[in-house]
Amino acid sequence: MPKARVLIRPKEGILDPQGKAVERALPALGFEGVEHVRVGRMVELEAEDPAQLPALCEKLLANPLIEDFEIESIDGA
Amino acid sequence: MLWGVLQFPGSCDERDALHACELSGGEARLIWHEEHDLGSVDAIVVPGGFSYGDYLRAGAIARFSPAMEAVAEFAAEGGPVLGICNGFQVLCEADLLPGALLLNESMRFVCRQVELVVDGPKTSAIDAFSARRRGGTLSIPAKHGEGRYWAPEGMLDSLEATGQVAFRYAPGQNPNGSARDIAGVRNEAGNVLGLMPHPEHAVDAMTGSTDGLRVFDAVAGARV
Repeated sequence: MPKARVLIRPKEGILDPQGKAVERALPALGFEGVEHVRVGRMVELEAEDPAQLPALCEKLLANPLIEDFEIESIDGA
Repeated sequence: MLWGVLQFPGSCDERDALHACELSGGEARLIWHEEHDLGSVDAIVVPGGFSYGDYLRAGAIARFSPAMEAVAEFAAEGGPVLGICNGFQVLCEADLLPGALLLNESMRFVCRQVELVVDGPKTSAIDAFSARRRGGTLSIPAKHGEGRYWAPEGMLDSLEATGQVAFRYAPGQNPNGSARDIAGVRNEAGNVLGLMPHPEHAVDAMTGSTDGLRVFDAVAGARV
């Protein structure tokens, strides 16, 4: 069955406290010069009919008001 | 007055909600999330907790439950619906209320008593929830990790213009970074109300406040 990966991220302009927390933690570990960290979600799935993925993302996997999503097919499908 | 209180796997405040409905003078029954039929209830409470473990996003899975499909129909027919905390998140996910609830700005779970300023319709004829009490305050506890109300600026402007902002945190008390201190909103018709703080935990003087009962009273009279 075709495999796909859905990447979901907070929309630009929406404060992402998780990203901020990660960003603040990095200098303590010696990683300087890293900024604009955004933390999102990744969902992998197998779908008989990949054409239904955009609707599925809009309806359930992402909340289009606050999140953007990208669908990529994987393993050459 | 018969209240129906939804119960999802992971709900945790449904018993307090039942108690609050009864204290406000009605009868109440639990409605399991798999029920398709709400029966002859006069109002619905979508309670707090962690429905379906808050997997994916808070409220995202609960909105597709059979009981929620029935609640959407009930609301469309003008039935009063109160969403508390996770229930508010569910109603936003279900598009029964505008906006979304995001992770608290502090990243911390907050649990504290807050003062809510009652906002209300400025122009609308519907004052079912709070117009008479506009400007008054309620003392109600808040307890949540994802309660930062957010909507695009244009939507916030329009909510304010149409009187859909029901409650704001009193100045300096916003516990989560909510846009414009918004603690609760209603739908355009005025029969669906959601808020992050927990009126069902403010129903007994022994625990400090009975202001929560006023929210239940207001919802009881909110059929449109």
